[in-house]
Amino acid sequence: MTWNDFIYLLPEIVLTIGASALLLAPVVGGRTTLPAKWMMLVLLALTAVSLIACSHAVEVIDQSRQLQAMFALDAFAIFFKLLFIAAIAMLVLLSDDFLAESRYSPWEYYSLLAFALCGMMFMASGVHLITIYIGLELLSLSSYILAGFYKSELKSTEAAMKYFILGAVSSGILLYGISLIYGVCGSLNLLDIAAAMSTIITNDALMFGIMLLGAGLCFKIAAVPFHVWTPDVYEGAPTPIAAFLSTASKAAAFSIFARIFYVGLHDFHLEWNYVLATISALSMILGNLAALTQDNVKRMLAYSSIAHAGYILLGVISLNALGLRGILVYSIVYVFANLGIWATVLMLRRNQYAGERVDDFEGLSRRAPLWAFAMIIFLLSLGGIPPTAGFIGKYFLFAAAVQAGFGWLAVIAVLMSAVSMFYYLRLVVAMYLREGVEAEFAITTPLKIVAGVCLIVTLALGILPAPMIDQVIISSSHVAARAALTPHAGR
Amino acid sequence: MGILNLVTYIPLIGAIVILFFVRKENGKAIRYTATAFAVIDFIVSLYLWFNFDPHGTGTHLFQFRETYSWIPSLGVQYDFGIDGISLLLILLTTFMGIIAVVSSYSAIDHRQKEYYILLLLLQTGMIGTFCALDFFLFYVFWEIMLVPMYFIIGIWGGPRKLYAAIKFFIYTLSGSVVMLLSILALYFFNDGGIPFLNIKGLGNPATFSVLQYHNIGHLIPPQLQFWIFIGFFLGFAIKVPMFPFHTWLPDAHVEAPTAGSIILAAVLLKMGTYGFVRFALPILPDATKQLIIPIVVLSIIGIIYGALVSLVQKDMKKLVAYSSVSHLGFVMLGMFALNPMGLKGSVLQMINHGISTGALFLLVGIIYERRHTRMISEYGGLAKQMPMYATLFLIAALSSMGLPALNGFIGEFTILLGAANRSIVWASFASVGIVLGAAYLLWLYQRVFWGPLDNPANKTLLDVNRRELGLLLALVVIMVWMGIKPAVFFDVIEEPVNYVVRKVDPAYFDKRPIEYPPAAPVVVSAVETTR
Repeated sequence: MTWNDFIYLLPEIVLTIGASALLLAPVVGGRTTLPAKWMMLVLLALTAVSLIACSHAVEVIDQSRQLQAMFALDAFAIFFKLLFIAAIAMLVLLSDDFLAESRYSPWEYYSLLAFALCGMMFMASGVHLITIYIGLELLSLSSYILAGFYKSELKSTEAAMKYFILGAVSSGILLYGISLIYGVCGSLNLLDIAAAMSTIITNDALMFGIMLLGAGLCFKIAAVPFHVWTPDVYEGAPTPIAAFLSTASKAAAFSIFARIFYVGLHDFHLEWNYVLATISALSMILGNLAALTQDNVKRMLAYSSIAHAGYILLGVISLNALGLRGILVYSIVYVFANLGIWATVLMLRRNQYAGERVDDFEGLSRRAPLWAFAMIIFLLSLGGIPPTAGFIGKYFLFAAAVQAGFGWLAVIAVLMSAVSMFYYLRLVVAMYLREGVEAEFAITTPLKIVAGVCLIVTLALGILPAPMIDQVIISSSHVAARAALTPHAGR
Repeated sequence: MGILNLVTYIPLIGAIVILFFVRKENGKAIRYTATAFAVIDFIVSLYLWFNFDPHGTGTHLFQFRETYSWIPSLGVQYDFGIDGISLLLILLTTFMGIIAVVSSYSAIDHRQKEYYILLLLLQTGMIGTFCALDFFLFYVFWEIMLVPMYFIIGIWGGPRKLYAAIKFFIYTLSGSVVMLLSILALYFFNDGGIPFLNIKGLGNPATFSVLQYHNIGHLIPPQLQFWIFIGFFLGFAIKVPMFPFHTWLPDAHVEAPTAGSIILAAVLLKMGTYGFVRFALPILPDATKQLIIPIVVLSIIGIIYGALVSLVQKDMKKLVAYSSVSHLGFVMLGMFALNPMGLKGSVLQMINHGISTGALFLLVGIIYERRHTRMISEYGGLAKQMPMYATLFLIAALSSMGLPALNGFIGEFTILLGAANRSIVWASFASVGIVLGAAYLLWLYQRVFWGPLDNPANKTLLDVNRRELGLLLALVVIMVWMGIKPAVFFDVIEEPVNYVVRKVDPAYFDKRPIEYPPAAPVVVSAVETTR
């Protein structure tokens, strides 16, 4: 390893050192008075700055922007890394009051969040299955602990336990799949895998490997039938952690999904795309139908996130330029709309305690009209109604599916997105149309900032999406070129 | 910023002004601001009427074009332009916009600020839908309309408002998302095709331009046209609503506040029929011709079923709601006669239905405000108590049932002519609908206005006040104007209708039988060979 190589990893190195420092700060500094939140935000800012600086440096020294065929700092990786950093920054703001109200150390919490971010950044950069796996494990281990962060609460512990056991099993499955792929292809680099696959015909061991790999990944994005943990974990975990699991952590899983399937496995798409199509269809149908009957908003969002995993899978299945762009666009759209909703859930109170039932939204429109309006925009965005960003995201995914000839899947997708409006509107009904119990809430500045940012992003990307789409085209071009996709004609 | 953008966004500006500059408690200021913006919008839209060139053809068919780049990487443009059909519908929208705002003065007594904001937003959505010549843009406006209407029904509606609002939303949304897939199929056909399904594209630059789709429509293989048409059909037929997709309509109408019903009947339903005329027919000629019979059968079922169900309603508003199903059956029938006569009647009937059914909903709303019931059995002998109201109701009812010299007659008669030109069977079924229409409206009139005034609650009813009278007179003037001088309106839609007919059947105008002077055989054969 030369000094040059450090440039690739500098953001991660900064982040790791920072995360360790956050963990040690209370030990070294005793009862330190520095607020953990600000330290964490400074760390995120440093990471972002070093990421941008390094990406420019790498652009100069290296055409392929890859480190030892393990780690890529290409436009795709930078896109996702910036999205993760933004999402984590907002999660820090979301966690502020929540941590102040609990008696657990914020330092540990933020440190774990920083380690999780580090894992996610490795995932976004991984062009080698081992890099990807290590990143995924770092993310998962941090998430298990975070899910059980309320050590003394039964529900939180149960959530962590469930998440850990199922997650560990799925990691095992994933690893087994990786080892089978290695056995057949002789390499774990995605490009080498692709090259090996183009020379072999079909092969049972390889098929089995791909299926196991897919199953492991599907667990991470909570696609049916690997979704059973989601509602319980979201409900039991501390609310900001549920927000983390449903936004940033999921976006990270989408990034590796896109890279593995587009770069590594595209030659075998005829073998896997029908399996994934079935999983996608099941996720959309089951996720949306199950969400209809939920009275707990956290569970409703859990099922809705299952459904959204189904939509994003459309982008993987279609295996065309539009689909790849769709994954990127939808990741942004989904993260921001969802974070806005989670901010609302965190704001609500019932008898001074967290309000997380649909009824707790009642009368919000009169008590906090602007917030209720923002909430409508987020919900419409998740439902894919213009002029919100969600429509643009869904447009890409549906268009990709139609272009790839998955008309039947597109029909299921659009009908299910109509069904999804049914439960999103339940929240609107509670906020606007029911007159009864008045919502209790505690609006704080950090929550306001998060909701404001999410609102602006969701509306701006919906009304003037052109800059985002152009950026996405650039960001996905590297991966698209590796996958040898014929770009969408006309551009 | 051109005139069409102005017409589209004046209501939006009004909504923003109310949102930020008028206090919630000041109901009067809210109402007057909303009215002012609705009136300004109508006046500006009159500019369109006076500057529209009814003889524009070819590239000049769509006028007041405004094109901006919006999402260049997808080929999405912000493209506005109107032909005669859109022109009439826009005028209908801005006019009924005033009616809707003013008729809500006394009916809406809580959360007024939100109400007028939503009403104005809805108007922007509707006008935008009629102006859009880019499919993506059209879809955006089309969906935007759903949200304000959902709230108008859901907040200010009747007892079952939540059910009605969500049914309206989900029903129309399901239709329109399927339509989105059809739009995508067109988009890919124009562009790279769908290789996986062996659909070869044309390789044109990616675009959502409706006019481009008009030009390439006939190149689409019939099989694909069929499926694209099914998608459009679901989107538009639910909105129309055609039998059997009409079940959301009575619920939405009955629960919506008066102004909501007026807008719903007058404009929102026309979105569906407009969609057929503007998109489904000219873009998919083969599928259109292939599906004439099923659609005509559904239309005729709609005409007769709607009328029969109206006949047995106990609730006045429900009666008028079902009569819409019947009237829009006429519109669809005329359209699928696929000749200029039928299409012209169909377009004119869209406007007629907007005016006369809007008036009927307004009238029902007026009596409901006074008595808080719409049950026909609660009334009787109102003609004595409210002579002015009774007269206006009679005019509106006569217009709706198609009495000569009023607007309804022109539309229905032209539709019948067009349908008869196709098939005398269609026309005879449709005329049964006309007879039934007269029956349910006259019977309603008889039960409500004639007979003894024996319900004591009705003896204190006040006749229409000046505000209501003004609104109704404005509507009556239009009914009479359209009834005795329909040529003005026919002129405007002549060219657009011929354009649609030519798109569906390029040879239509060649094979018209030549009537006077009797054609020599040589000439006929010349026509035959040129075909």
